[in-house]
Amino acid sequence: MRKYILDLTVAANEHLREGYALLKLTQGRPLPSMLPGQFAELKVEGSETTFLRRPISINYVDEEKNEVWFLIHEVGDGTRKLGAMAPGDTLSVVMPLGNGFTMPASSDEKVLLVGGGVGTAPLLYMGKKMADMGCRPSFLLGGRSAGDLMQLDMFAELGDVYLTTEDGSAGEQGFVTQHSLWGEGQRFDRIATCGPKPMMVAVARCAQERGIDCEASLENMMACGLGACLCCVENTVEGNLCVCKEGPVFNTKKLLWQI
Amino acid sequence: MADLSVNIGGLKLKNPVMTASGTFGYGLEFSDFVNLEDIGGIIVKGTTLKPREGNPYPRMAETAQGMLNCVGLQNKGVDYFCEHIYPQIKDIGTNMIVNVSGSCCEDYAECAARIGELERIPAIELNISCPNVKQGGMAFGVTAEGAASVVKAVREAYKKTLIVKLSPNVTDIAGIARSVEDAGADAVSLINTLMGMAIDIEKRRPVLSIATGGLSGPAVKPVALRMVWQVAKAVKIPVVGLGGIMNARDAVEFLLAGATAVEIGTANFIDPAVTVKVARGIDEYLERHGCSSVREIIGALEA
Ligand SMILES: Cc1cc2nc3c(=O)[nH]c(=O)nc-3n(C[C@H](O)[C@H](O)[C@H](O)COP(=O)(O)OP(=O)(O)OC[C@H]3O[C@@H](n4cnc5c(N)ncnc54)[C@H](O)[C@@H]3O)c2cc1C
Ligand SMILES: Cc1cc2nc3c(=O)[nH]c(=O)nc-3n(C[C@H](O)[C@H](O)[C@H](O)COP(=O)(O)O)c2cc1C
Ligand code: FES
Repeated sequence: MRKYILDLTVAANEHLREGYALLKLTQGRPLPSMLPGQFAELKVEGSETTFLRRPISINYVDEEKNEVWFLIHEVGDGTRKLGAMAPGDTLSVVMPLGNGFTMPASSDEKVLLVGGGVGTAPLLYMGKKMADMGCRPSFLLGGRSAGDLMQLDMFAELGDVYLTTEDGSAGEQGFVTQHSLWGEGQRFDRIATCGPKPMMVAVARCAQERGIDCEASLENMMACGLGACLCCVENTVEGNLCVCKEGPVFNTKKLLWQI
Repeated sequence: MADLSVNIGGLKLKNPVMTASGTFGYGLEFSDFVNLEDIGGIIVKGTTLKPREGNPYPRMAETAQGMLNCVGLQNKGVDYFCEHIYPQIKDIGTNMIVNVSGSCCEDYAECAARIGELERIPAIELNISCPNVKQGGMAFGVTAEGAASVVKAVREAYKKTLIVKLSPNVTDIAGIARSVEDAGADAVSLINTLMGMAIDIEKRRPVLSIATGGLSGPAVKPVALRMVWQVAKAVKIPVVGLGGIMNARDAVEFLLAGATAVEIGTANFIDPAVTVKVARGIDEYLERHGCSSVREIIGALEA
């Protein structure tokens, strides 16, 4: 898939809640095609401590407005500067990068997409692409409390939404892997997950116990994002693989996680 | 347009801009961003006789104006390179140069000999300066005797252009450059990364898996420039300068200090198209200064 260095313009920057920005970027003409689960490397301007680009998942593509969206959790100076961008600002974006999630083979495949925290970001675009092909995915989204769960209206348009919060302020109380959906004998053909590693490991365990194929999206620290520097490797059954190129999405059977 | 071509120990480059090993993959990773043929030379990933898994993750730490890495020469070995990678890169219309590493003189020589059989690889860059592997690597590059012994062994086994990459983690880099020249190198390149460290104060642990790593990027440029200047005065063979080059201005500084060509490393991560921009920028500089050839500015630093 061809990669590009694009100078994109901020069309909107919505502060969904404290510390989270939804950056909508455009170039006024069609964007390159992107796969759900792929990411981009965003250049940060005006941060003295940020030297490298920042890898951020593709959250959504609005094909009518030629917009690509990034959901940014402000955890350090780089993401804070990205979160502070204003409409009309431009930024350099290298994309699309990485492999992406496996798409269902047919529209009647039942797919469960499990996200935690900002890890829900790539699942929205995955849901959209599935809806485009006539699939209706199930989303299982978790957070500490109700405020952590973002873009719920959009998720609900694309599929069935199940929620958990640790404090019980939305959905069922507990972690995503404690949701009653796992006990209902609901049969899924495939699971995809993105979020904090302990959550993804627990989801992979649930999947393994039920004999369901599971893919996880990893967030190793990256330098080039292009498979050139070998900084981002994950040790797998095939040896060290680049998360930026051979990932970020891996079948959990390939990973050497203690499931 | 000025004449940008230069000659590195028998190897003709169409312009003085090359890519630094370990930062540009095999070139193919960047083919969507730049026309690879517009780069003077592409120095591919470090290759060793036997496959190497490299060091565990984490292998990277961002620093002020730079980064540390401890990749540790992960590569699939020279046989894999010859069989699977060479066929993919041999027809790229520029100098494809292999960076060769090892842990003993015999390994270096054998690996170099294997690469020597490949018709479309006109040169190797001998890495005697990797700070991230326990045995060998930098160990050879830190003494004049060690450096000379490995260069002699490789010189006997390899007949094409031999560039030797020097470590900056030494007290007398000019002395090492001279011993490498005497041992038969056609050119030297410098600098490899500077050994450094980063600490996570919350965990009270080193950030990198093996504690230390090599520093690269703009942070090292003044050190690199000083070393290139010293070495260029000390040897007669061409010097290839690198370390922290981000733009044409940085590259011109190295040329003025005495480098015949430059390599660009970490900057490729921030702008994957930086190489061709630097080549174009050097041309603009030459035009602005009324030079018809880049060779007019090599070592043209006024005292
Ligand atoms: C493929 C991929 C997709 C990603 N998608 C998103 C996304 O959609 N939205 C989003 O907000 N973030 C995403 N991230 C994480 C994001 O890249 C990091 O949070 C960001 O680089 C931190 O930069 P900073 O300058 O703000 O923080 P820094 O000052 O660099 O670091 C601040 C803190 O964040 C931690 N951190 C830094 N980099 C990472 C990382 N790669 N993963 C986890 N923690 C990190 C550091 O350890 C440190 O504690 C993704 C990462 C990858 C590799
Ligand atoms: C991720 C990474 C991997 C590297 N791998 C190699 C290598 O395999 N062989 C080598 O000789 N130098 C290697 N280097 C060093 C670079 O080629 C170069 O000497 C150094 O980074 C300084 O140049 P720069 O500041 O332009 O990056 C590596 C550097 C980085 C950042
Ligand atoms: S970040 Fe460079 S290889 Fe993945």
